[in-house]
Amino acid sequence: MGLLSFLDRKHTIAGPGFSRWMVPPAALCVHLCIGQAYAFSVFNLPMSKLIGITQSAPDDWKLTDLGWIFSIAIFFLGASAAVFGRWVEDGGPRRAMFTSALCFGCGFLVAALGVSLHQLWIIYLGYGVLGGIGLGLGYISPVSTLIKWFPDRPGMATGMAIMGFGGGAFIASPLSVWLMARFSSPTHIGVAETFVVMGIIYLCFMMVGAATVRVPAAGWMPAGYVPPVQPKKLVTNQNVYVYDALRTPQFWLIWCVLLLNVTAGIGVLGQASAMSQEMFPGRITPVAAAGLVGLMSLFNMGGRFFWASTSDLIGRKNTYFCFFALGTLLYALVPTAGESGSIGLFVLCFVIILSMYGGGFATIPAYLRDMFGTRYVGAIHGLLITSWSVAGIAGPVLVNYIREYEIAHGVPKADAYNITMYVMAVLLVIGFFCNLFIRPVDTRHYMTKEAEALGLAD
Amino acid sequence: MNEQGQGTTTLHLVLAWGFVGIPLAWGVYNTLVSAMKLFQ
Repeated sequence: MGLLSFLDRKHTIAGPGFSRWMVPPAALCVHLCIGQAYAFSVFNLPMSKLIGITQSAPDDWKLTDLGWIFSIAIFFLGASAAVFGRWVEDGGPRRAMFTSALCFGCGFLVAALGVSLHQLWIIYLGYGVLGGIGLGLGYISPVSTLIKWFPDRPGMATGMAIMGFGGGAFIASPLSVWLMARFSSPTHIGVAETFVVMGIIYLCFMMVGAATVRVPAAGWMPAGYVPPVQPKKLVTNQNVYVYDALRTPQFWLIWCVLLLNVTAGIGVLGQASAMSQEMFPGRITPVAAAGLVGLMSLFNMGGRFFWASTSDLIGRKNTYFCFFALGTLLYALVPTAGESGSIGLFVLCFVIILSMYGGGFATIPAYLRDMFGTRYVGAIHGLLITSWSVAGIAGPVLVNYIREYEIAHGVPKADAYNITMYVMAVLLVIGFFCNLFIRPVDTRHYMTKEAEALGLAD
Repeated sequence: MNEQGQGTTTLHLVLAWGFVGIPLAWGVYNTLVSAMKLFQ
């Protein structure tokens, strides 16, 4: 039972002299790995030719069937974050990160078995279900720990970790392509071997994070930091129990804020390549469009750190006001950029939009901390992530179906996205009002001193 | 309790940040190279 005790929260309490700046790299160890999910599509085409090798054979898997692997993983990300949030919070970050590493790493290994046996359901079970649970646990596991270590800059701290989730694909994508090239031959595509190597690499990398993470001792404060006696209007120093948070309008308003911000961003992120080529035919080539997607991904990642850090200075509510007001303006400008043929304006609009899409993810944990306190913020964050799952379906569906409807009604391809952009702008206006209605949580929802003393979380 | 004292040395911090920073920088560099094709 020695290993199990190593995972206990009490064994992760930092000793004297431990630097809190060791915790963001520990969190990044996990988030950089699970961010691989964004790059999973690099496997789709090779997996559709495992039998035919040079082209798909009749018995090869179809791309539509392979697309379900990512969808199942994202579904289980949201579901596991919501279901296991309390478990993550109670057991501490090491147990959660350790479990996440096992699930995510073994998910790859099971998926490799599925590729070897050419059984798609095993891949659904491996990467989709097991890997998806690893994604969910890993995503929320360091959040409350970082907030406790950085009470003076919670936005920056969580922004750093969640930035890693955005950046994970930058590592995974070239690594996957390189490994597949190494393991492939004229008669074999090396997907299974790549899965095995990546599973082992990710397992080890995430275990380093689990081993180095620490929680602060009770009452610990950063040197020189004095908590404000009278907190700001929208920042509480009380705690709301995880399931009581669900009964507050604030939780659902923030849920809608995240849903609307993500829906607007995720829809264009998935369609940016095709959209740019159709809006600027002959001027943006497929290679240039791939460059645009790369640039947008960089802004998506950088925005996570920039906007979350900015929220420490201007407040969470004002940060989301920026997202919704500026986002509405930029979405409304995209059709103008297309009509005027201004690629520069088009690119500028999209990179700023994507920075705010990433910023929306990264600022949410600190917003929850402000509203519901530190104690259950990880579990509450887990419940809130269900809005991401909904947005993951709503965003692409909106963009694709509106485009198809427009083209079916005779609208030229170059103009087919105009209505979509205006719809996205309207979504952000609704988000603006959801954010506007957020007020401090009613004091009746705060945990009593007796409840806190009973150690509900510990 | 100090933020940084005998428990964590500068070497620990460099190693920890290098461990995550180097792969991330490599990934960002690759993506930047790809993104430059937009301007060519």
